Amino acid sequence: MKTTTIAPIGTHPLDEYLRTDRLPHIWCPGCGLGIILGTLLRAIKKSRLDIDKTTMVSGIGCTGRAAGYVKLDSFHVTHGRALPFATGLKLANPNLKVVAFSGDGDLAAIGGNHLIHTARRNVDMTVICVNNFIYGMTGGQLGPTTPEMGRTTTSRKGNTEKPFNIPYLVGAAGASYIARWTTAHVRQMERAFIEALQKKGFSLVEIISPCPTYYGRMNEQAAGLDQMRYYRYNSVVKHYANLAELDISLNGQIIVGKFIDVDKPYFPAPKGENGK
Amino acid sequence: MSSEGQISGEFFLSGDEACAEGALAAGCRFFAGYPITPATEIAERMSDRLPEVGGTYIQMEDELASMAAVLGASWGGLKAMTATSGPGFSLMMENIGLGLMLETPCVVVDMQRAGPSTGLPTMTGQGDMMQARWGSHGPYGIIALSPASPQELFDLTIKAFNLSEKYRLPVLVMSEESIGHMYEKVTIPVREKIKITPRRKPNVPPQEYLPYVPDDDLVPSMAIAGEGYRFHVTGLTHDEHGYPTMTAEAQDKLVRRLVDKIEKNRKAIIEVEEDGIKDADVVVCSYGISARVATVAIQRARAMGIQVGMLRLITVWPFPIERVREIAKNIKAFVVPEINYGQMALEVERAAAGMAKTILVPHMGGAVHDPETILDAIKQATK
Repeated sequence: MKTTTIAPIGTHPLDEYLRTDRLPHIWCPGCGLGIILGTLLRAIKKSRLDIDKTTMVSGIGCTGRAAGYVKLDSFHVTHGRALPFATGLKLANPNLKVVAFSGDGDLAAIGGNHLIHTARRNVDMTVICVNNFIYGMTGGQLGPTTPEMGRTTTSRKGNTEKPFNIPYLVGAAGASYIARWTTAHVRQMERAFIEALQKKGFSLVEIISPCPTYYGRMNEQAAGLDQMRYYRYNSVVKHYANLAELDISLNGQIIVGKFIDVDKPYFPAPKGENGK
Repeated sequence: MSSEGQISGEFFLSGDEACAEGALAAGCRFFAGYPITPATEIAERMSDRLPEVGGTYIQMEDELASMAAVLGASWGGLKAMTATSGPGFSLMMENIGLGLMLETPCVVVDMQRAGPSTGLPTMTGQGDMMQARWGSHGPYGIIALSPASPQELFDLTIKAFNLSEKYRLPVLVMSEESIGHMYEKVTIPVREKIKITPRRKPNVPPQEYLPYVPDDDLVPSMAIAGEGYRFHVTGLTHDEHGYPTMTAEAQDKLVRRLVDKIEKNRKAIIEVEEDGIKDADVVVCSYGISARVATVAIQRARAMGIQVGMLRLITVWPFPIERVREIAKNIKAFVVPEINYGQMALEVERAAAGMAKTILVPHMGGAVHDPETILDAIKQATK
């Protein structure tokens, strides 16, 4: 007869991966970060990674706080510098599994140059880029991913800049694995995280994530579930889509899926390769 | 840690090359940098030599990334270094601050050139001395050393690594183009003769380890990633667990310790070189290349019968306030030649506290002083 062990009340199956003494977290009701972090930890668990050798590096912002909640060797560093810090960590000890978990502003604006170059070197790490179209921690300012005409506290009448298409940028730079999902795609997200964690080389998963407090409130998606509904009804799965067509417009279609999954030389090269 | 490939004997090296060899001798096995005159030769030497000793060299996309990678490598368990000059030093200030807050051992070399901004890239300067002290935001303690020869660049780079491990912070080697590009004989001792300070590893099991519980000397022990300690560190103000703690009390406790771990260990850290101070009426207080130039002026002054001594700063930060104050009681004046418009002179003046005059001999950079200008100041000081 099959038996199921039920966790006693007050514990959670992911407790061994969490700093439970730091909970509850600071994220707002309706924020997608809890879904994403939970999914990542399940992916780490299912991947059977050596927990002592799995590390997380985060930059600054709402997403940047993730490193402080995981019971891993974890580093909450300067704004934009998660990837070069992670590069140093990985090169110093290639046996580490390095996960960088940060936001779109941290990775693509202030850290944009590092994002390009870490992908170009194809450094063996997994980057989770949480894209909520806005700077949340500072109260809702224009970001590098805010859709055109998206309203923020620094673009009250609508953003006039063209946002970054992150998969296109990172693909052009040379990443081995790129996927995009939304917080309404938890199973696909988990599979993408597992694949990214297994991948040798630079893997990036962009997760489109709701910020009802700032982005939603200013863009007619104020209720906690509005953005989730938007993702559900406007996402189109298109694996290996042309990266150039992955732009996201205001309230427009979101193309999701796995876009790149290739094997190629990565850094640091395994011993015995690249003349080492 | 591989010691294969380490060299010993007598060599004819530039200051930059000697600096790189000093780093290797100290056990440095990671270098991340970005090309910049006049520090490029350190990166070049490291890119050649690190693979020979089992280390890793990486050229990053800029100095922000270089400094971040050095911190990451240090937490990954390697002794790590970067080298730059003024413009790059400015960019590194951001992650030097993170290094101070996370208490990360590493070494930063600044081969100073004439600034501000791009200034005179190939020509000497000492304009970053106050930036070394206060360049990153917020209050903190810092250690900076100033070598006066290629040999000292070798020796003090080793010392910088040792201090960085002992006190857990980025230690700055504040050199100049003139020393970096100077070729002289450099003696590299055999490995056994070089004193190396190891990392302060935790002496408690992982489940009992707290990243920021200090030892008696106010410095905590340091776990590295991948060894099962499963620690968290943050650039936010934090408690002994390394957890963010957003209170004025936590800030007071942490920052006071970051300052005090240097201030209360001043005596152990500070090193100066003295010559002829006992009977002196005037003391030249200088550092780096300017101290070397000043020795010519001192010889000429002594030939003229002037009682002049020399106090050469080897440790520039923390500044040897106590020694300067003691000397000030017995002399007429300090003469401070430096290649800027008065930076360390302000510290001399502050330490002398009115007991002796402080005469600045400034030079705006691009060349070293004419010894005659220093001699003129010495003569003026006797009056």
